[in-house]
Amino acid sequence: MRDVAVIGVGMNKWGELWETSLRDLIAQSALMALDDAGIEEVEAMYIGCMSSGLFTDQEHLGSMGPDYSGICPVPGTRVESACASGGAAFRSAYMHVASGMADIVMAAGVEKMTDVDGGGATFALATAADQEYEVYNGVTFPGLYAMMANHHMKKYGTTRDQLAQVSVKNHYNGAKNSLAQFRMEVSLDQVKNAVMVSDPLTLLDCSPITDGSAAVILCSMDKAKSLTKKRLVKVIGSGHASDTIQLAQREDLSSLKSTAIAAKQALDMAGRKINDINFAEVHDCFSIAEIMVIEALGIAAQGKGGPATADGTTAMTGKFPVNVSGGLKSKGHPVGATGVAQIVELTKQIRGEADKDRQLKKADIGLAQNMGGSGASSVVHILEGM
Amino acid sequence: MSAPKYWREIPQRYRFEAAKCKKCGKVSFPPRIVCPECRSREFENTRINDKGTVETYTVIRVAPTQFTDEAPYPVAIVDVGDGVRVLCQVADCGPEEIKIGMSVRLEFRKVQQEGHGGIINYGYKCVPE
Ligand SMILES: [Zn+2]
Repeated sequence: MRDVAVIGVGMNKWGELWETSLRDLIAQSALMALDDAGIEEVEAMYIGCMSSGLFTDQEHLGSMGPDYSGICPVPGTRVESACASGGAAFRSAYMHVASGMADIVMAAGVEKMTDVDGGGATFALATAADQEYEVYNGVTFPGLYAMMANHHMKKYGTTRDQLAQVSVKNHYNGAKNSLAQFRMEVSLDQVKNAVMVSDPLTLLDCSPITDGSAAVILCSMDKAKSLTKKRLVKVIGSGHASDTIQLAQREDLSSLKSTAIAAKQALDMAGRKINDINFAEVHDCFSIAEIMVIEALGIAAQGKGGPATADGTTAMTGKFPVNVSGGLKSKGHPVGATGVAQIVELTKQIRGEADKDRQLKKADIGLAQNMGGSGASSVVHILEGM
Repeated sequence: MSAPKYWREIPQRYRFEAAKCKKCGKVSFPPRIVCPECRSREFENTRINDKGTVETYTVIRVAPTQFTDEAPYPVAIVDVGDGVRVLCQVADCGPEEIKIGMSVRLEFRKVQQEGHGGIINYGYKCVPE
């Protein structure tokens, strides 16, 4: 395997984009990434997308991606692992370059979610769970995470306020993100008093429905040095693991084993410990998810994710900033784009190109964690500035 | 829901049929064709217990389309012993009554209906013991 760098990143402004089609969403971020890298051609394209079929009746992004990005006849491959599709697409592109099969490959991610109504979106998202043994019985995605939350609260004493602190923090950060869907701060009381979706999670514990895309260009390190003048961002760790598709069949309902395994793989590959990492973008699809993820990554001890959030450890100015972008909660969660957008954020932070009032002072090594379903698949990457 | 898709799950939904690994004894519900513990492919038929305890729960207030008339309704993950947990709705139990650790019993119930006057889909729910 050879060294690989991220040399270009692109992400459109996320939101309810009525006027933008699936095809244009892909192309917008793809072109931004190409422009950022200062190149016009790649040798392959991966597209992370959970369910363009259910959201827009459109499959075959392996053609539509390259076609509308103006790079035919470059081969396109759609990668699907529910909400971890973007992270898995990035890993596929990384392996493609690291293997030596190509020098320059694009990883894109997209989801066009607002062409269906709320019921349609709930149905499409629920396909990430076990249809016959979870969805059939009337559970929703917020419901699955709500059950993890109640279990975590009972087992470790995690509080309703600590859950809300995740949303408060991420909205504070996202309000400063020029590309975020919901650029507004929320208070603890607003989160707790918002409409109840699935006890104990309110609407403001849940990530939103979003149209959006993101794209990055990966390049062999040797070639990257001659192509770009920007700070090179090297992929130093990559991990990927699965767990049972049913939440009920997990060893422990209060921990995310697939994330812990993927993180260990990525850290071992990088030869680093979690405390060597400066900041992280993690999969806060629900407030409880961020608490469980920071425990699985080792940022907080098992059961201490709530206190670590409440005491400011993971705040922008804390010891280990988490989701300085605003996370899925505030930035938005166009499912297949999320994992790629995390790489965009890591790269911009490491290059010193993030929005001014949320650029971290020390951002040399960042970690991205992207998760599918109720934690049934996880992808972790570690990037370092050269 | 297509007839074959529904019909395939009847042994589990109506009769709680499960598969017990002949080598290590792990019970899989629904049945699997390879044991996730020991990779053995030999099983004997068994049934999961109909009594268990609530390991965690939630109350669904924003429900999927075919369940909106029933919301709010509680859903639980029930530990039925032998290393098996099932996810199901909790019937005959108000949203405020459900608690972690509560004893419940699995019963055969109507789970969903495909629209007004549509086909009724059955399965299991748990009720307070
Ligand atoms: Zn076995």
